[in-house]
Amino acid sequence: MKNIEVEYYAILREERGCKQENTTTLSTTPRELYLELQKKYGFTLSIENVKPAINDDFVDWDYLLQVNDKVVFIPPVTGG
Amino acid sequence: MFKLSEENIQPFRLQEALHNEKAGGYVSFEGWVRNHNLGKKVTKLEYEAYPSLAIKEAKQILEEAKQKFSILDAHCVHRVGSLDIGKIAVWIGVNSIHRGPAFLACEYIIDEFKLRVPIWKKEHYVDGDSGWVKCHHCHEKHKA
Repeated sequence: MKNIEVEYYAILREERGCKQENTTTLSTTPRELYLELQKKYGFTLSIENVKPAINDDFVDWDYLLQVNDKVVFIPPVTGG
Repeated sequence: MFKLSEENIQPFRLQEALHNEKAGGYVSFEGWVRNHNLGKKVTKLEYEAYPSLAIKEAKQILEEAKQKFSILDAHCVHRVGSLDIGKIAVWIGVNSIHRGPAFLACEYIIDEFKLRVPIWKKEHYVDGDSGWVKCHHCHEKHKA
């Protein structure tokens, strides 16, 4: 089990009902973690429409999570 | 230079930082808040950013523009928070010795920005409803 910090933005922040949380998980990759949290909180965005970032850098879905990593799941961007 | 701003964007002020005796031209782009989208009347927009990664990614795009095009410098400011109709959501300024590269760099920056920088907009509608803008149209050039 690892402790992971998760930050939420935009639609995911609203659907989760908070901006940040610490979670303890058996997930080893951001892919597993997103699917776990999606199941738990009912996120409407499918994983194909989300990108993972770890410690303020974009990463692949298969990145291996480390203890105390900060994870952000990025909804489709709409700036500009 | 890239900055997220909670204050109104003032292009004439920002432009001053690009004054350069070597420059023969300056090209800018302003993204404005319009009063409609996909057939719905919009009353205001709210922008939210993931600041640390937005700043990192935007600076990377400005650096790419400087590598790809013969420009002198490129700056960008994006608003966060609540914006009324007509307000400037994003400003990009590019200076160069000759005008051609500045036009190309300016377009490159806004196109890449819309695809890559973690910023999101929420629309508020006349009927009181609101919603996060979906990506279906925003990545099509000349539409968003």
